[in-house]
Amino acid sequence: MSASVAVKSPVRISIAYQNWHRFSRNPTAVIGAAIVAVVVLAAVLAPWIAPHPDHVGAIVNFRARHQAPSAQYWFGTDNVGRDIFSRVLFGYRISLLLAAVVLGFAVPVGATLGLLAGYFGGWTEIVIMRLTDVALAIPPLVMALAVTAVLTPNLLHAMFAIAALWWTWHTRLIFSITRTLRHQEFVEAARTLGASRFHILFRELLPNCASAILVKVSLDFGFVILIGAALSYLGLGVQPPTPDLGTMVASGADFLPDRWWESLLPGAAILFVALGFNLLGDGLRDLYDVESVR
Amino acid sequence: MPDSAWFAAKWDVQLEFLYFLIRRVFWSLLVLFGLSIVIFVIARVMPGDPARMAMGPRASQEQVADLKAKMGLDKPFLAQYGQFAVGLLHGDLGLSFLTKRPVNHDIAETFAATFELVLATILVAFIVGVPLGVVAAANKDGWVDNLVRFFAILGAVTPSFLLALLLQVLAGYVLHALPTTGRVSPDSPFTADITGLLTVDTLLRGNPGGFWDALRHLLLPTLALSAATIGQIARITRSSMIDVSTQDYIEAGRAFGVPDRVRMFKYMLRPAFVPPMTIMGLEFASLLGNAFVVELVFSWPGMASYGVRSILQKDLNAVMGVVMISGVFFVVVNLMIDVLVGFIDPRVRIRGARA
Amino acid sequence: MSREPLLSVRGLSVDFSTYGRRSQVLRDVSLDVPAHRHVALVGESGCGKSVTMRTIMGILPTPPARIVSGQILFDGRDLLAMRPREREALRGTSMSMVFQDPMTSLNPVFTIGDQMATILKYADRRLGRARDRRGRMARIFEVLGHVRMPDPERIARSYPIMLSGGMRQRVLIAMALLSEPRLLIADEPGTALDVTTQAQILKLLKDLVEDRGLALLMITHNLGVVREAADYVYVMYAGSVVEHAPTADLFARPSHPYTRALIDCVPKLSGDTTFRGIDGSLPDYTAPPAGCRFSPRCILATALCDRPPADRPVSEGHLAACWHLEEAVQ
Repeated sequence: MSASVAVKSPVRISIAYQNWHRFSRNPTAVIGAAIVAVVVLAAVLAPWIAPHPDHVGAIVNFRARHQAPSAQYWFGTDNVGRDIFSRVLFGYRISLLLAAVVLGFAVPVGATLGLLAGYFGGWTEIVIMRLTDVALAIPPLVMALAVTAVLTPNLLHAMFAIAALWWTWHTRLIFSITRTLRHQEFVEAARTLGASRFHILFRELLPNCASAILVKVSLDFGFVILIGAALSYLGLGVQPPTPDLGTMVASGADFLPDRWWESLLPGAAILFVALGFNLLGDGLRDLYDVESVR
Repeated sequence: MPDSAWFAAKWDVQLEFLYFLIRRVFWSLLVLFGLSIVIFVIARVMPGDPARMAMGPRASQEQVADLKAKMGLDKPFLAQYGQFAVGLLHGDLGLSFLTKRPVNHDIAETFAATFELVLATILVAFIVGVPLGVVAAANKDGWVDNLVRFFAILGAVTPSFLLALLLQVLAGYVLHALPTTGRVSPDSPFTADITGLLTVDTLLRGNPGGFWDALRHLLLPTLALSAATIGQIARITRSSMIDVSTQDYIEAGRAFGVPDRVRMFKYMLRPAFVPPMTIMGLEFASLLGNAFVVELVFSWPGMASYGVRSILQKDLNAVMGVVMISGVFFVVVNLMIDVLVGFIDPRVRIRGARA
Repeated sequence: MSREPLLSVRGLSVDFSTYGRRSQVLRDVSLDVPAHRHVALVGESGCGKSVTMRTIMGILPTPPARIVSGQILFDGRDLLAMRPREREALRGTSMSMVFQDPMTSLNPVFTIGDQMATILKYADRRLGRARDRRGRMARIFEVLGHVRMPDPERIARSYPIMLSGGMRQRVLIAMALLSEPRLLIADEPGTALDVTTQAQILKLLKDLVEDRGLALLMITHNLGVVREAADYVYVMYAGSVVEHAPTADLFARPSHPYTRALIDCVPKLSGDTTFRGIDGSLPDYTAPPAGCRFSPRCILATALCDRPPADRPVSEGHLAACWHLEEAVQ
């Protein structure tokens, strides 16, 4: 008689829980997620948690000009006496809004184009990918400079300019994934079962790209915020008196190095949020083991 | 007995490299062509009358019409593009609305400065980044590895203008060690007339003082610009080295008795070198964009200041010229990188695709 | 065989420690490979053949792996007692290995000639032989000729991607032969290739043994290959050698229950054509059975099998490690 081996029945653990467990083991990823959470919360709750919400508008408070960070003004005040901390919180709103809008446009457009090019191949692929190549050749900042300057510098035009080029990265990403996947058997199986092309594209192939998209979106949030900040630093994004982190760095730069807080603290705020998204994206990438993302 | 699938018979090593080159050049030209169309279309569909914008609100109707005619703005769309394209082929980017001089003259002066900065940045990025990546890979998960990763991330998330400002403050006002603006000291008589690169030209003319001066001015902007790129190159090199180290052929090398040192520096480094180069190519557009910002902070007389001036004064042709040149720069750099990659990795040559 | 075998592995036991747990991957493995003989080491995936092979070659990564006990005698000297430098000196010179997958075992960014020249250069250095570049190329062409490659000059100039799988496999064999090794270890030769090409490779190996007096140790999971090519067979299961015999004997009278089950598994075209497998799976190497490692899956298992079985003779040169040999024969 052969000896029977006792087998324990495996415990069912959901994928989500497994992912969460692995993610939380990664210290930098958790830090990134925490930073993002803090910034998003701060931005959303800004009108209520800012110490001096009225300093956001076009007010002047000359008596409190150029004050160093203190208990009353956590980040100090700027050259017309406005509380920098409150303005930073509101500045986060603008930055996050910019990134959300840009990516909200770029990701669907880019992913769709990438899917189409990757799945259909042939002329579709050639046309789409060549167009992508052309768009990639233009530095986003240069393009944004040109567009916002020729139109008029404001937030909307800045978003438009960045979005007009940003979809290209997602197209490339989705294209390379789809191109590998389209030959796999589950696609063929779906086709044999009579699935429509729409179904194959969006219900079979796209979910497989989901983790890569998620990683890229996290990283992109940081990069778009950086570009937006650079644009407003140059005076071509959000216009004063609306508080914006880049503009604050620029106007504070005149007073370096004595009144360092006016320029460097908003700058640090930009770094903070970019760091958060970067670490989060890295952590997600390690989690999903995605290699093809930048 | 030879196998029936005698694949290699069709290929000769030199010939397929040539085919590869031709293919890449062809696609690059196509992209440039597309680029010219896109830029032209964007410029012409912008709302507003460019001639009116250039002349200002006080100019008379005749003056505006005059400018329009001179710029060819009254001709039909396709004709305008034709004019533009033909001009491009001759290297002519049209006349600046403002200076009334050919745009390419104005750009040429400033392009050299930008080129020098960007070239220095790329060199620094590779010379520093690749060894860092190799060391990090060899020390995987150790403290050196984590340190490299830390600085790489820091470089990636710091806004370039912030870093530039910090460096300016630190070096200029605090340490008084390095010049903080410009490309040369105001009283120096040196010009870059051979290659356009001050550092190279001063050396070529046997002018060590000038070289040193140019180098000192180049240092800070390069540092500010290369921070992010060094980190990226280091991280990509690291992951690439780790990838390669797990490949069968590396173990096979050990089984054949090839010494570890040779395996590391010859066998592993060459295939591992390809991903950082490819990434550099893709990232070049961002690098160029950041160069613009850094140039403005350091008052570096490159395309950025020319571009921004043109933008503020709505000099349409000049703006288009700047964007076009940026695009061309990108395409050329990528072409060179593709060729280099193809030179190193025969698989890319034969399959014809970028890995 | 009246001479001492060229390679003699005696009582080799190897542990692996991963994630803090220790796996007893090899237990008391012994095998002999004499010169001029083609010896096969057979077993399913995970039975320890690769570990055995790598331990012999000395390319086992020794932080996770640990050699617990045993000797590996090569030409009378114990490899395990040598310093790493000395072992490295032997690799690629006296003992060579042919890797399994020709697609991944060649460095894609160097030409064949460059790779072979590098190997040869460092081998020469270790042997104290001086050879200039032309001499090296001459030797490379010579060896490519031995493995029956047409147009060696063109091959040397080519990159791996330009060659077909069969050609790459020959190149790998050629690389192994560069310094006229006396022992050649072939890891699953030809499994990554189609059957016809594999047959050619196997014939090549066979001829090399005959013509050059090589000692060849062939690692494989394919019984058909063993039957065609090998002189002597060792059957491995879960880290131990369970039976060993001259090829003809093994197939005529498989004695160990595992060997019999294995041979039974091979689908037949006539006679009894039932499709069979072996119930159960490999043991957990971190907590293996104390005695015979096959006992959990064995029909004949009894309490006796809790003691590690000794090699017991079946006939001349044919031994099997089982307490129930007599019943197995029925």
